[in-house]
Amino acid sequence: NIVPTPVKINLINMLAETGLQVIEATSFVSPKWVPQMADHAEVMQGITQLPGVSYPVLTPNLKGFQAAVAAGAKEVSIFGAASELFTKKNINCSIDDEVMAAARAANVPVRGYVSCVLGCPYEGKISSAKVAEVSKKMYSMGCYEISLGDTIGIGTPGSMKEMLTAVMKEVPVGALAVHCHDTYGQALANILIALQMGVSVVDASVAGLGGCPYAQGASGNVATEDLVYMLHGLGIHTGVDLQKLMDTGTFICNALNRRTNSKVSQASCRL
Amino acid sequence: QESQASGLPEYIKIVEVGPRDGLQNEKVIVPTDIKIELINRLSKTGLPAIEVTSFVSSKWVPQMADHKEVMRGIERHPGVQYPVLTPNLQGFHAAIAAGATEVSVFGAASESFSKMNINCSIEESIEKFEDVAKSARNMNIPVRGYVSCALGCPYEGNIIPAKVAEVSKRLYSMGCYEISLGDTIGVGTPGSMKRMLEAVMKEIPLHALAVHCHDTYGQALANILTAIQMGVAVVDSSVAGLGGCPYAKGATGNVATEDVIYMLNGLGINTGVNLYTVMEAGNFICTALNKKTNSKVAQASFNTGTV
Repeated sequence: NIVPTPVKINLINMLAETGLQVIEATSFVSPKWVPQMADHAEVMQGITQLPGVSYPVLTPNLKGFQAAVAAGAKEVSIFGAASELFTKKNINCSIDDEVMAAARAANVPVRGYVSCVLGCPYEGKISSAKVAEVSKKMYSMGCYEISLGDTIGIGTPGSMKEMLTAVMKEVPVGALAVHCHDTYGQALANILIALQMGVSVVDASVAGLGGCPYAQGASGNVATEDLVYMLHGLGIHTGVDLQKLMDTGTFICNALNRRTNSKVSQASCRL
Repeated sequence: QESQASGLPEYIKIVEVGPRDGLQNEKVIVPTDIKIELINRLSKTGLPAIEVTSFVSSKWVPQMADHKEVMRGIERHPGVQYPVLTPNLQGFHAAIAAGATEVSVFGAASESFSKMNINCSIEESIEKFEDVAKSARNMNIPVRGYVSCALGCPYEGNIIPAKVAEVSKRLYSMGCYEISLGDTIGVGTPGSMKRMLEAVMKEIPLHALAVHCHDTYGQALANILTAIQMGVAVVDSSVAGLGGCPYAKGATGNVATEDVIYMLNGLGINTGVNLYTVMEAGNFICTALNKKTNSKVAQASFNTGTV
């Protein structure tokens, strides 16, 4: 379902009020490929950019980068993958030197994503060495942070540990983030391992929005509420107000007419 | 070995609680033959222990009214334990008469929960369990002890680790060979799991400890991981994540056996259990209950056709 622009803007503004410091706002790709993000310029211009909060946007190519900056973006993201087949099939997935150069010239920080770090829907197993190689490349090109994505959620604490060990030989742990999918229910366990190894940046999605395009009906992103619940239980500071976050999740689920994927949200409503 | 290098146990015993704890917390009353079929299927997966039923009054737990028939009707596979719940001496004798060879008793770390759940104080319940344990010892029947509300109580809220340790110690001293620490409402996190286990491990040897995590707040696997990192080598779970949470309407309860095994396999830990056959058993019972599985592994696998 295409979400109306005002709903997107409200969602982002509500998220900013929860204490979250980074909110990925939109994607400057052609609406032909990603119709949901067709309103990228309106969204970027419509949101209230709070001080101390970053609103990175995806920019797969120079054209997207320029449109993003024109619309007020101050941080961008680019996507690579640890799998050749995935890169070929997923069009937003090749590292663009032009974007890096333009971003450097404009003093715009760039975040790099590496997909399929723990497995690929086409290639199956992915070698940790390959993940380390792609991460190193993106880091040397100038990405300030590399988000390692378990795109199909197939990883476990075992494979997460092995992969991170390899990547941490090439990229300092302070520049690493994990982006875990919960398709096999492993996300929080995988995130826990990553934290134990020193990773301190974690990607998550309010209400666990975003299913898995590779497994019909299966879940995708880990729910931010469930992540924050765990981190607070561990005594780790996030700056996020869990109640406000749950309220934001409720808002977007109502707007989408769907149930939340967050277990914390599901449980809390009833108690 | 991968698991050894990381300090994790080489082998983890999975205690399957679906047929009892799981079905007890499902609304639909399941016909006896379906229960028996489920248990028989689970017996073929490699699971070393399957909690079969509960010898309680059918007035309180209608789902378990057919306890005798189930106990007598199941196939008993060599190498598989079939424990049953026995809240008191009466239940214990009925269980033995029906062929049970292992029993479980359920205590709680919360007075309020004890009173609301089994209508007596912790101390009174311990006395009842001691009667069971004594008879069991005389007959060479192993007894497993459960401690509910180990990480939080629906009535009292926070539960102090020392209290969990105290109740665990009472159960262990009366002869329970294993103490299963239950996060009954799933509120625990790796933080509270660690603190609780540290306290309990001062009183009970590691090999006698098990964790029984609920996934109500999505924390179960992370909590289990924490426990096994501390050396716990027995984990309770429920096929297809059967058994919702009676304290949070519509919320989930037991962690799904499939999801636990997936994680343990990924860690290189041996369980002896065939994940695919567990998924098939899960598929069977969900079809019979006309419900969706709570196992994410099952959801993902059946949708992509891959494991």
